[in-house]
Amino acid sequence: MAQTPLPITQPHSGSPETPSVAEVLLDAAKTSVLKVQDYSKLSFRSLTNLATAPRYMQDTLTQMDDIGVGSLPIVLLSGFFIGAVMVLQTGAQFERFGQSSLTGDVVSIALVRELGPTITGLLVAGRCASGIASELGSMLVTEQVDAMRAMGTDPSRKLVSPRVLATLIMLPLLTTISVFVGLVGGMVASVFSLRLGATTFWERAIAILQFSDLMQGFSKSVVFGFILATVGCYQGLNVRGGTQGVGRATTQAVVVSSVLIIVADTFLTKIALFLADKVF
Amino acid sequence: MADFPNSSTLAPQTTGEAVIQFSDVRIGFAEGEILQGVSFTAQPKETLVLLGETGSGKTLTLKIAAGLLRPDSGTVEILGERVSQMSERELLVLRRRAGFVFQEGALFDSLTVGENVAYRLHEDHENEEEIESRVREVLEFVELDHTMDQLPSELSGGMRRRVAIARAVVNRPAIVFYDSPTAGLDPITSQTIITLILRLRDIYGVTALLATQRLQDGFALANFYFDSASRRVRRDKRREKPRAVVTRFLVLRDGKVYFEGSPDDLLAAKDPYLQRFLI
Repeated sequence: MAQTPLPITQPHSGSPETPSVAEVLLDAAKTSVLKVQDYSKLSFRSLTNLATAPRYMQDTLTQMDDIGVGSLPIVLLSGFFIGAVMVLQTGAQFERFGQSSLTGDVVSIALVRELGPTITGLLVAGRCASGIASELGSMLVTEQVDAMRAMGTDPSRKLVSPRVLATLIMLPLLTTISVFVGLVGGMVASVFSLRLGATTFWERAIAILQFSDLMQGFSKSVVFGFILATVGCYQGLNVRGGTQGVGRATTQAVVVSSVLIIVADTFLTKIALFLADKVF
Repeated sequence: MADFPNSSTLAPQTTGEAVIQFSDVRIGFAEGEILQGVSFTAQPKETLVLLGETGSGKTLTLKIAAGLLRPDSGTVEILGERVSQMSERELLVLRRRAGFVFQEGALFDSLTVGENVAYRLHEDHENEEEIESRVREVLEFVELDHTMDQLPSELSGGMRRRVAIARAVVNRPAIVFYDSPTAGLDPITSQTIITLILRLRDIYGVTALLATQRLQDGFALANFYFDSASRRVRRDKRREKPRAVVTRFLVLRDGKVYFEGSPDDLLAAKDPYLQRFLI
């Protein structure tokens, strides 16, 4: 029997030359383009999967419960106080011109068009995009995703599509609740701080809203839901580097989805204002 | 130990043709080419033991065979299907005819043991009664029917591997891929796992590709058999006679097949590298 220890394999020797700055930048650009391509493909598949069997409705319902019902407390709390603080901030300005009754109009439009969908989107992104990324990331590093594939299940159908569909359904609902609670919060603040009548506030808040405002808020919440779910899934299914990678993916999911929501908000607002002029 | 009652209902094997065939398979990553032209075949009911150092490409070979990874070049045929050129959708269908036991079990940690084992049957839309009986049957086979409602985190490492084996064979696949099923386990638990693999092979004629670093796993499969009559594992005294079930060794080194042969060929090998495995 041989007594010598097993020879240690020499590490694969790469090129000794240090890459130039241009090469590094080119590689970084290629990597970014590939990531965008992979993200786009995953997002597209998450929707096309819904058109054909198998569909995982039980998983979708579970996710709707987790994403929707689970997010309700933070949405209720934040919605109420955002509505209240909006009234406090704007009411003080309107009082200077003796137009404090306009507070309801402004708060209502701001909540429906902008603050409701955006704040709800950001809050749910913080809670759910991170949760999705860490859950899928943990499954990936423990080979559960491979096990799923080995048993003939498409992870994009089983893991991604139910989460995307659940978020697409639940975020508009959460936004609606958030806006309603925000108006209640605003009403309470206006009654106690501005001495406005609750009925006056409420009537003005409802009367000022037009169909285009509702569509703007609704479409934003759908797009934000799609962004946060797909970014969470993409980050989770692309974890590299074990549990440390799961942590990185979780952070990335929140950061990327939050930034994308804010960027998308700008463009959606522009489009919605254009359509409000031309269509509605 | 309990047996499946209907061994005759096993998925049909491809008779006379190789059920696993690798031809000049290559795959590489950023750190270099890991498999550099691997070729081998496995016949029906054969157990092929993949030996090799850590990083020699054993797990990669298994994952390529199962279609979980696509080779850079070369062809891979499993059950007569060319997996290296199939789309993911086609592979998903093919993988239902094979079982894969991952190194750490890869059980779904949010599902109970019963739900883990039943997973594949639910995917195939079997009726609930059939699922219940099959799950109980296969868990009895691995002697873990009492853990049906427990979560994987409540089981020991050896028990988790046994559940993983139960999950892999619940739909009676023609091929099972085992990725280091005894890695990190104590000798007694390892023996239990190997006995399970041996019984699956001898009762159901499952073709197996087994990656391991432990030579004794391979020799246990080569030297013992499960006697259905006495329901005991016995030393194989029929080694000289031709047998339906064959165990062969395949040693991977530096991304290539360094040795391929019977247990006797390996024992007789004078090569210093191979002899290191025999220490």
